[in-house]
Amino acid sequence: MTELICIVCPKGCHLKVDEENGFSVTGNSCPHGAEYGRKELTNPTRVITSTVCVEGGTLRRASVKTSSDIPKGKIFEAMRLLDNVTIPAPVAIGDVVVKDILGLGVDFIATKNVPKL
Amino acid sequence: MNETLYDVIVVGGGPAGLAAALEAAKEGAGKVLILERNNELGGILNQCIHNGFGLQFFKEELTGPEYASRFIDKLADAGVEVMLGAMVLDVSADKTVHAMSREHGYMQLRAKSVVLNMGCRERTRGAIAIPGDRPAGVFTAGAAQLYMNIEGYMVGKRVVILGSGDIGLIMARRMTLEGAKVLACVELMPYSNGLNRNIVQCLNDYDIPLYLSHTIVDIKGDKRVEQVVVAKVDEKRNPIPGTEITFDCDTVLLSVGLIPENELSRQAGVEIDRRTNGPVVYENMETSIPGVFASGNVVHVHDLVDFVTQESQRAGRAAALYAKNGEPQGPCIAVENGSAVTYTVPQKIRTENVDKFVEIFFRVNFVYTNMVIQISSGGEVLARFKREHMAPGEMEKVAFPKALFPKIRDGKITVSVVKEEDAE
Repeated sequence: MTELICIVCPKGCHLKVDEENGFSVTGNSCPHGAEYGRKELTNPTRVITSTVCVEGGTLRRASVKTSSDIPKGKIFEAMRLLDNVTIPAPVAIGDVVVKDILGLGVDFIATKNVPKL
Repeated sequence: MNETLYDVIVVGGGPAGLAAALEAAKEGAGKVLILERNNELGGILNQCIHNGFGLQFFKEELTGPEYASRFIDKLADAGVEVMLGAMVLDVSADKTVHAMSREHGYMQLRAKSVVLNMGCRERTRGAIAIPGDRPAGVFTAGAAQLYMNIEGYMVGKRVVILGSGDIGLIMARRMTLEGAKVLACVELMPYSNGLNRNIVQCLNDYDIPLYLSHTIVDIKGDKRVEQVVVAKVDEKRNPIPGTEITFDCDTVLLSVGLIPENELSRQAGVEIDRRTNGPVVYENMETSIPGVFASGNVVHVHDLVDFVTQESQRAGRAAALYAKNGEPQGPCIAVENGSAVTYTVPQKIRTENVDKFVEIFFRVNFVYTNMVIQISSGGEVLARFKREHMAPGEMEKVAFPKALFPKIRDGKITVSVVKEEDAE
């Protein structure tokens, strides 16, 4: 039995996950909590957010996120992919900034609209 | 001189102002104007690039800029006017708004109702009086967030964070991802002031130690921060000699609380609640000045933008109704805080203005388990709400039904929190 704090929403439910019984979860107040509890002990994942350089825009940086959660162990490797990325303005929310991160089938996508200067 | 009479003028274009303006327009206010001092709308959301916004309101997980854009994108269709780079200097009780902008110069704008949405400001090193040298490298967490996420500057390499507010926790993760080493997060209180989920996903995920009941007792450095000395504190929060730990670091981030930004409200003569540092408000977010409303962090500091949005929609709706119909009348009850409760919002309720129930927001003064929230009046408990877990860092909310209003004595109710076994 492992105790976890659910990070899906700000409520922060105190979860109990039973590894010996198919990772069944108690203490959750919604189905997302059950899924998080099971995943956290089998294959923990996170959505990663950062920024990249923008050229010719009204702002210097555009924020980005992974289009879906990625394995925790890949976070720093994924971050390094953004190190030298510069994208031209205009940038629209949802634009793909880095395609198929580390072969995971997940992209870095823009989370900010940056108009042309 | 701009002689337009606006129905509603919204001061501030952050999450609160955006929601208030859109809702006012939706409620039928014909001329709605947002005055924003920055060059873009969205307020603090623009620098909050992490995800986790909107789970309550949109039922999906958004980043700050995405959350803001959901509202910004609707302004044009709603017919809401926006002035950027416009600094409001004064709001008078007759609802004349004095503002300056590079584009329009000095303006006197008249409105039937005004919504104050100025948000809040971070407490600084001066406000908490940390001893030691005064080198560069001491930032509030939000300032560091602005430098990193908007300007693209890295503010330091080895970091100690004082305070465990959510912005500090978020910055611990952010700086770690960008290659900094966050040595410690130091919290004066025996519990964290941030959300549990942020302790987990910002500190625990990256093995950043959280020192509870500790504080910074010295900052050393000539030009730049070189060392920070941290010590354990006793129950009276005094440092205990002999418990000092020294960290070699170049940066200190402060996440030690937020203060509602009420200069304009005070100038206008709005009554301020000493407990929240924000305006005293009615159930519809109206302040002590008829037709002047307030919502969001300028009223009380929220944990979640979703709640700011909901509160501001109420303010916007009420502002539009005021512009149309004038002041609601009728009897009023006062909401007071009892044991373990530090404040309530609203502080006053006009009973005839309530539909089925009134939502009362408050915070508790410590971490508790298995508690009962009691709403009482004239010595009688009118309503009870159970809670398994309560903490100062988590805003609480109860819905008090209108059906119970006839039982209220002496025009006031008290919200208190007691242990389950002590509940009446």
